[in-house]
Amino acid sequence: MKILVCISHVPDTTSKINFTDNDSQFDTSGVQFVINPNDEFGLTRAMWFKEKQGASVDVVTVGGAEVEPTLRKALAIGADTAIRVDTPAVDGYQVAKQLSAVVKDGGYDLVIAGRESIDYNGGMVPGMVAAMTGASFVNTCISLEIDGNNATAIREIDGGKETSTATLPLVIGGQKGLVEESDLRIPNMRGIMMARKKPLNVVPATDASSETNSVSFSKPEPKGAVTLVEADNLDKLIDLLHNEAKAI
Amino acid sequence: MSVLVYTESENGSFKKTAYEVASYAKGVADMMGTDVAAISFNANDAGDLGTYGVNRLHNVSDSKLDKFNAAAYANAIAQAAKTEGAKVVVISSSADSRYLGSLVSVHLEAGYVSNVTELPSSTDPFTVKRTVFTNKAFSNTAITTDVKLVGLSKNAYGLKENATECAVQSFEPSLTDNDFSVTVQSVDKATDKVTIADAEVVVSAGRGMKGPENWGMIEELADVLGAATACSKPVSDLGWRPHGEHVGQTGKPVASNLYIAIGISGAIQHLAGINSSKVKVVINTDPEAPFFKAADYGVVGDAFEVVPALIDKLKAFKAANA
Repeated sequence: MKILVCISHVPDTTSKINFTDNDSQFDTSGVQFVINPNDEFGLTRAMWFKEKQGASVDVVTVGGAEVEPTLRKALAIGADTAIRVDTPAVDGYQVAKQLSAVVKDGGYDLVIAGRESIDYNGGMVPGMVAAMTGASFVNTCISLEIDGNNATAIREIDGGKETSTATLPLVIGGQKGLVEESDLRIPNMRGIMMARKKPLNVVPATDASSETNSVSFSKPEPKGAVTLVEADNLDKLIDLLHNEAKAI
Repeated sequence: MSVLVYTESENGSFKKTAYEVASYAKGVADMMGTDVAAISFNANDAGDLGTYGVNRLHNVSDSKLDKFNAAAYANAIAQAAKTEGAKVVVISSSADSRYLGSLVSVHLEAGYVSNVTELPSSTDPFTVKRTVFTNKAFSNTAITTDVKLVGLSKNAYGLKENATECAVQSFEPSLTDNDFSVTVQSVDKATDKVTIADAEVVVSAGRGMKGPENWGMIEELADVLGAATACSKPVSDLGWRPHGEHVGQTGKPVASNLYIAIGISGAIQHLAGINSSKVKVVINTDPEAPFFKAADYGVVGDAFEVVPALIDKLKAFKAANA
């Protein structure tokens, strides 16, 4: 089985979010970049398939040379080959177009992408890749089993779970639950040393335009101070929630 | 050239999200000088869609589509959009709508923007405000394609009445075997519980509860308020509560009217997930807990004393205001 894991290079979850150039660009200064958490669950599940059932695992991302440390981390975790599509990521459509070209070239059986990246939260790349490559698609996937050419996936729905079956090729939008948090892989020294020798292929972008354009960014208005209520005066809290906040 | 809206239904009846996206679609249609068409699957009738400004409903009646099927629904929605000549298609941000949104986008070659919070600031260029960086910021995003697909954030726009007559007509999309390549085998859903996604009120608890055996009072408080229960990431990681209740950057985002956080310190990843909630109440023993900086109302106190007392007070309040 050939597996491709799509990796997003995103700011660490604790990053302060600021903008530059008249609020038109994300300010990357001082920001630590990591593998998108939703992708990390997918990568670990891919490693499970590789080790338990036999599979090759490639990772791919779209971006300039600055994303390579993130790809090297994925190699250190155990991926066989990394692919960087050499163009800045502009929007979900443009990224999906690039990834689809890689999927078609590589003839992958299974494509695992995070359900969304934690920077732009569009949640559209996995589905677009499936639609562009003609593969089956399961989103918000929290469990995936493969038996030969058949897949059984469980996805999270509002208020519960849904179990589906599909045949390969398959694209999933994965998330926490694909593996347990405690099972996530951390690169060890041997993995880091081996990752240096693994191939990181830089491929040119396909000719694909974007469909959306981020014009400007803004941040929420600063919040006022909290109104504290004494623990022995909960009638006041209820009064505030009813009459002031109109929340109950 | 209408605005087309996908209206979700369950067992033949429309969900609240259907009326919210209909309200929003009517707002967009007014800006563009056009009307609103809807598509739904196996709806029994037009429900209250007319109340929220929908002029006509294309209803697909097909027993093969009784269960949600992203690929088939997306294909049908795209065909309805083409039939209507729709320049704007509006969907919600439910798990199902987010599932099919990207598929609709590719069918229609439509630029797709999800997590939209307001009506467009401009229809030419078509520019919408959406949340990014897990609610830590907003992006004003222009959609440059001929057809635009908008995914509306939950509870962002609300329900707005614009009463009109809604005509129901049958719609028969052309679907192929490819649209059924994913087969739903079973759905496991607690039908008697309010879901986090739909809840107006969410009661959430963290490690301060000390163990899963203490969740009874959280569920009782949620019952009194008609709320959904949720939890912080450590709690789901510890297995005290299911993953589906985890709220935060890698869990579920919450956009409720009222969010009550009990025994949660307020890590930045958790706060990112609840930024869209309108009113936040924090109950915590630690007055230095960062959550107090994000809260509207706070109680510094022991959850094991405050929560039972709050339940009693709320029961009395409800009885008095019934």
